[in-house]
Amino acid sequence: MAPKVEGPWARFRAEFAESRLAMAGLLVLLAILAIGILAPVISPQNPYDLAQLDVMDSKLAPGEKSAAGRTYWLGTDDQGRDMLSGIFYGLRISLGVGIASTVFALAIGLVFGLVAAYFGGWVDTLIMRIVDIQLSFPAILIALILLAVLGQGVDKIVIALVTVQWAYYARTVRSSALVERQKEYVEAARVLALGQARVVFRHLLPNCLPPLIVVATVQVAHAIALEATLSFLGLGLPITEPSLGLLISNGFQYLLSGKYWISFYPGVALLLTIMAINLVADQLRDILNPRLRK
Amino acid sequence: MLAYAIRRFGQSVFVLVLMSFLVFIGVYAIGNPIELLVNPQADEVERARAAAALGLDRPFLEQYWVFLKGAASGDLGRSFVYNEPALTLILDKLPATIELAFVAMVMAIGLGIPLGLVAGLKPDSFVGRAIMAGSILGFSLPTFWVGLVLIMVFSVQLGWLPSNGRGETMMVAGLPVSFLTADGLAHLAMPAVNLALFKLSLLIRLTRAGTREAVLQDYVKFARAKGLSQGRVIGVHVLKNILIPIVTVIGLELGSVIAFAIVTESIFAWPGSGKLLIDSINQLDRPVIVAYLLVIVTLFIVINFVVDVLYSLLDPRVRLGGAAASH
Repeated sequence: MAPKVEGPWARFRAEFAESRLAMAGLLVLLAILAIGILAPVISPQNPYDLAQLDVMDSKLAPGEKSAAGRTYWLGTDDQGRDMLSGIFYGLRISLGVGIASTVFALAIGLVFGLVAAYFGGWVDTLIMRIVDIQLSFPAILIALILLAVLGQGVDKIVIALVTVQWAYYARTVRSSALVERQKEYVEAARVLALGQARVVFRHLLPNCLPPLIVVATVQVAHAIALEATLSFLGLGLPITEPSLGLLISNGFQYLLSGKYWISFYPGVALLLTIMAINLVADQLRDILNPRLRK
Repeated sequence: MLAYAIRRFGQSVFVLVLMSFLVFIGVYAIGNPIELLVNPQADEVERARAAAALGLDRPFLEQYWVFLKGAASGDLGRSFVYNEPALTLILDKLPATIELAFVAMVMAIGLGIPLGLVAGLKPDSFVGRAIMAGSILGFSLPTFWVGLVLIMVFSVQLGWLPSNGRGETMMVAGLPVSFLTADGLAHLAMPAVNLALFKLSLLIRLTRAGTREAVLQDYVKFARAKGLSQGRVIGVHVLKNILIPIVTVIGLELGSVIAFAIVTESIFAWPGSGKLLIDSINQLDRPVIVAYLLVIVTLFIVINFVVDVLYSLLDPRVRLGGAAASH
């Protein structure tokens, strides 16, 4: 039988589907994304519309009915807010912050990494020195200090997350760009007297993408976890924009009195999100790592 | 080696001064501590007197200069809240943090490397997959959430372990430690597991990845072909070669484990330096924030230096300072 000719995309899909675990992760991730996007449409109540809240319904256990006969499947918090709706909205904020900060950090890291690799010399030394110093400190410490200075807010947490993340991308892009730069196609492009920007962005960049995709996927999960942690410590988002971390933090005070659901279910949602992303990222890494290529 | 150490020292001092300046600017910009420290009924005169007593009425650069002069003689300022030297406050709390970090790290290394080896040698076996699944789980679980679940299960449901504090301590060489008393151990168990979990998962992954690549190398095949025992091939040929990145990461993680202790300490109310930092941020206790950072950064610089030296001892190809890389 003649070997089937398949494009890189089809091959990529087939290799990805080899791991059932990764496929499961992908499905969960798509479901979570759908929930995040559709939160205002599918939530049983708008958890931040005070007119829809009833203090009489506060701290109901999962499955209990409200006075009005509505069932709260995941219980309610101290203000009588439906936890399920709270989680849907929380997912939306957590995903939004995670993805936005990753996109900005990726863009900034990409430019600095490519510039460092392409120009070399003192530009390279300067950029990589900053990257090295920054990466020698744990992300959480840098983010914590930044937020202590900046205060609370969605924009501030995105700034903090971008600041701690860009260096990873810069380093990843630089190292693969350094390898790619030596290859003949770059030389060929230069011989053709193409502009520098064109060589960098049209020729060099696409070939540096695979490792970047892996790093970016993992970093979205990191960003979400970091934001949740900072919000839990009371340094991330304001109470008006409750991410999953803030919901968990809010329930922490009731945990010791046995009212576990206020913290626990947002935690499960956070966990599922991060796990699904990591499963997908793991499989991407295995596929895109040439050293493990069969 | 000496020249290298001196150059590193110079760089470190530069990084420290730079950090202190940036942090000082940053912290200077946070709110007005007078609002929190002085009785809200106090009048303007009293406020001004309080500000003058704390040196807050002087221009920024002068405040920084006073701070630098003090820092050079080991005085990092006095806490606004506790009215004690900030450095003393932190050094009092640091042993608790270091004990927690140390126990967590020992747990992570003692379990992580063997489990990673098993998973790397038999990646497709049930055990290998189970270890890997566990590691993905440990990697995905945010530290603070694991802490909550631990409290939920072992303190609230089962009532086995205390959910906060350090418990009974015992003095060893002038420092209180928890791990020598039964009560202290009970208090230490959950925070240590909590802090160890992420590092454990990281070490499993790292060891597994290194092992998988190493077993495909010619020197391992050759060692096998020579008829060496499995134990020797793994213990000497594989382990020695994958140890270099692992030691690097362990060294670097030592610093991050102290940083992550901030989260664990906040959850379990462990009276360490991380909890002090969070409290100080909430109370705008500037001198303590700045002093904490300088102490932590110094700690990091020392750790990084030790890791580099260890690295050169483990791998003869690495020459410190990059001067003698001629062969």
